Amino acid sequence: MLPQDGGSRPKSRHSERRLKGTMPYTFLDDIATADVAFEATGGNLEELFKEASEATLATMIEEPDSVKPRTERWIELENPELDLLLFDLLQELIFYKDAEQLLLRVIQIEVHGGGCGFSLRALARGEKLDPDRHQQCADVKAVTLHDFIVEKTLRGWRSLVILDV
Amino acid sequence: MAQQQNVKRISENVWEVSTDFKEGMNVPARIIASEKLFREMDEAVIDQVTNVATLPGIVKYAYCMPDGHFGYGFPIGGVAAMDPAAGGVISPGGIGFDINCGMRLVRTNLTLDEVKPKIRELIEALYRRVPSGVGSSGALKVSRRQFRDLVEEGAGWCVRKGYGWPDDLELTESRGHMEGADASKISDRSVERGFNQVGTLGSGNHYLEVQVVRPENVVDPEGAARFGLDTPNQIVVMFHCGSRGFGHQVATDYLRLFLNVMASKYGIWIRDRELACAPFDSPEGQAYFAAMKCGLNMSFANRQIILHHVREAFSEVFAKSPEKLEMEMVYDVSHNTAKLETHQVDGRDRELLVHRKGATRAFAPGMPELPARYRELGQPVIIGGSMETGSYLLVGVRNGSETFFSTAHGSGRAMSRTKARKMWKGRDLQRDLESRGIYVRTGSYRGLAEEAGGAYKDIDDVVDATRRAGLSRPIVRLVPIGNVKG
Repeated sequence: MLPQDGGSRPKSRHSERRLKGTMPYTFLDDIATADVAFEATGGNLEELFKEASEATLATMIEEPDSVKPRTERWIELENPELDLLLFDLLQELIFYKDAEQLLLRVIQIEVHGGGCGFSLRALARGEKLDPDRHQQCADVKAVTLHDFIVEKTLRGWRSLVILDV
Repeated sequence: MAQQQNVKRISENVWEVSTDFKEGMNVPARIIASEKLFREMDEAVIDQVTNVATLPGIVKYAYCMPDGHFGYGFPIGGVAAMDPAAGGVISPGGIGFDINCGMRLVRTNLTLDEVKPKIRELIEALYRRVPSGVGSSGALKVSRRQFRDLVEEGAGWCVRKGYGWPDDLELTESRGHMEGADASKISDRSVERGFNQVGTLGSGNHYLEVQVVRPENVVDPEGAARFGLDTPNQIVVMFHCGSRGFGHQVATDYLRLFLNVMASKYGIWIRDRELACAPFDSPEGQAYFAAMKCGLNMSFANRQIILHHVREAFSEVFAKSPEKLEMEMVYDVSHNTAKLETHQVDGRDRELLVHRKGATRAFAPGMPELPARYRELGQPVIIGGSMETGSYLLVGVRNGSETFFSTAHGSGRAMSRTKARKMWKGRDLQRDLESRGIYVRTGSYRGLAEEAGGAYKDIDDVVDATRRAGLSRPIVRLVPIGNVKG
C-alpha cells in the first residue's frame, strides 16, 4: 500500500495554475549555481511525479504546452526506494530526449508500492523536438542525487530535484 | 558567512578547513582563492569540499580551485587524489556527469581585419555545421557498433576516418585516447543516448567561439609564439563541450551501481549520495574506470569531429583550404576526469587516482606526457570565460605539485541560472553584444540570458589567483568576436 495522501487538494493543479497563476513546480534561485533546482508538489504521488516530469520538460523547453501528443511511450519502472523511483522516471524522460529527440509529457501515471518496493506505470505522450516550434532552454544531462528529496508534507507530497544541465 | 569562520587563511591565496570541522574528514580541505573570490564563494563549497575530505584513501588535501562553486557531490573546481593502495575510491561525483567536458583551441592565419567583415556569415556557417541545443544530434552518421569502436579508440578513430590531421592527436591531452577503455563495460542505454551525438555541442555553458589575440592581451609573447600565436590580432577558435548523452548515461549507470554496493559490500558511508563510490581496486571500481575512459574517448572524438566541421566552415567562408588557413590545433584539454598519475607525496612517488571536476590538469615544464613541442613550456591550459569577457591560454608551472598539478577551468558561475534569467533578457543581450562587436547565434534565448557575463566571476581575478597560488601562469587573453552558444 502507498503511504496515505496528505489531505484534499484541487482536482487539477493545471487549472489552479491557470486560475491563480501559481505553479505546482517552482524553479529555485539560490540552491544550485550552475545547475537547475526545482521544487515540485502534488496532493498525491501521481501528481507529484507528473509535476516533476513537467518541471524537467520545462527545463529543456520554454513552453511544455507547445509539445503535441503525436506519439506515445509506456514507461514501467520498479525501485525499492520511492525517491529513486522518481529519479528513474525523470532519467527515462532524459533518455528519450537524447535517444529519440523526443519531448514527453506524462499523461497518466499509477504509482504502487509500500513495504517491499515501489513501481509505476506511466503513459507519456509527445513529439520530436522541432527547433521552429519548441523554444529551447537547457539540454538536461542528468538528475543528480544531491539533496534529492521526496517527502510527505501536511498538504501532500513534495520533491526537491537538482538537474545537471 | 557562518561556514567561512571555520576557515583559516594559510597564505595569501590558500584557505584551509581542518579535520575537526566535520566528523569523518580524513584530510583537511583547501580552497585556492584570493580574498575577494573566497568571500564571494557560495557556502556550499565549504560543505562540499569537506565532504570530499571524508572519502576513503584521499591524500594530502581535498582541494577547490579559485573558480569553485556549488556542484553536486564534489564542488565544481574540486580536486582529490586517492591512493588505490590505501583503499582509495573512484567516484563519478568527482568527475561529473559530463565526462571529459573540456576545451579545444585552434589557431588560424587570419586576422581581425579579414574576419570582422565576414563574422556574421562565419558564425552562421559554424551554427549550421555544428549542431547545438537540446538533444542535438546528426553531425556524424555512425552505427551503434561503430560507436562502440569509437569510444574505445577516441579521437584517433576520427582521424583514421579522415576527420582530422595526424598532428591533432599529438596536440590532444593523452593523444585523444585513453588506454583501457572497454566498451563491454558500457550499457546499451548509454550507446542509445550517444551514438547519434558525435560532433555536437550540447547546450548550457557549451559554446564555440571565434576570438582574437589582441597585442595588448599577450602576457608572454615568447610563450604565445611557441603556440603559433605571433601575429597581431590573429584569429583563433575555441570550443567547450563534453561526452554528451553517452557520458551522462555512463556516470548515471555507475552512480546507481555504486549506491547499491557501497555500504553493503564495502562498508563505505558517505555524506551525500552524489559521492557514491567504490574502491578503485574492486570489480565495480575497475568497471567504472574502464567505462569512464570510454566517456573520455567519446569526448575527444566529439571535439575532433567538431574541429573537422569548424575547418570546413572556415574553408567555405574564406574560400581557402583549412591547410592554407593554417588551422592547426593549439591544444585540447579535459576538465572533468579521473586519471592515474604519479605524484610525489611525503618525498616518495605514489600512483594516485586524481579526480578533477571542473579543474584542469596543468603539468609543469619537462613532465612526461606533454607533447614534445610544448615540453619546455608546460602543459597548455585553456580557461574558458563567459561570452562577454574573454578566455585565457595558460601553462602549468613547477610549483603546481601542491595541487597535483591542477588549476582552474573557467570563470566559475557566481549567480544561479534562474536568477540570471530574471536579470537579463536573451534578445536584449544579443543586441547589446552585437553593438559591442560580438556576434552571437543561439537556438535558446533563455539559455543566452543564463550565460550573461555578469552571472560569472571575473575571469581576470580567477586567472590571477591561479598565478599567485603557483598553479599556472597566463600566456594570452583571448577576446570573443563571435559565438555559437549551445
